Amino acid sequence: MSRAQLDITAEHCPMTFVKTKFALSKLRAGDILEVLLTEGEPLENVPRSASEQGYSVLSIERVDENIHKIVIQK
Amino acid sequence: MAEKKKLSIIVFSGDYDKAFAAFTIASGAAALDYEVNLFFTFFGLNIIKKRRGRWPLGKGFRARFFGFLLGGRNVLPLSRLNFAGLSPILLGNLAKKRKVAGVDELIDASIKLGVNFYACETAGVILGLEKKDFIPEVQKIIGIASFLKLQEGGATLFI
Repeated sequence: MSRAQLDITAEHCPMTFVKTKFALSKLRAGDILEVLLTEGEPLENVPRSASEQGYSVLSIERVDENIHKIVIQK
Repeated sequence: MAEKKKLSIIVFSGDYDKAFAAFTIASGAAALDYEVNLFFTFFGLNIIKKRRGRWPLGKGFRARFFGFLLGGRNVLPLSRLNFAGLSPILLGNLAKKRKVAGVDELIDASIKLGVNFYACETAGVILGLEKKDFIPEVQKIIGIASFLKLQEGGATLFI
């Protein structure tokens, strides 16, 4: 099981989803992806779309003002 | 798992800003696991020409002359305030400066995400364009009946 990181704090719609999707596609089942993202649209929709696509969102935590880390398992 | 959601877009316009909109929606939807079908027709065909600049593409003198005037992906005009092609460059630079993906990046993302590209048969006939004139991602030249079949059961937009 490997662990990958992705920082999409500088990205905007639709590249927030697009880059998350690309990062997830490189992983194998069971691998973990940690995503750093900003509040608002990315925080509301990246975890939601990941779980809709059948991935597990293990945790969401605030790591800085306006920045959150979500952990997704493929 | 639920049936895959589907979004189809008729890309009629060859305007830079509308291509921006079409590919933002297409790549976003594909990243969210939608099946996405893009049906390029008339001016929209300029976006998927293999030759990205101004080039006399097509069969016959008139088609070639018109093809030169229409141009490809690198010379798409803005739908308003085009200023002889200056504004699309300005807008592209602004997007880059603000770290927002531009049209090229969105098209590349759409391709990588498996968005389906189709070109309109009738518009191709009028403009004298064939499959070999388009980027290889264009899977098929189709007519409206095939497109209607493809978009069945999903949402469809006209841009």
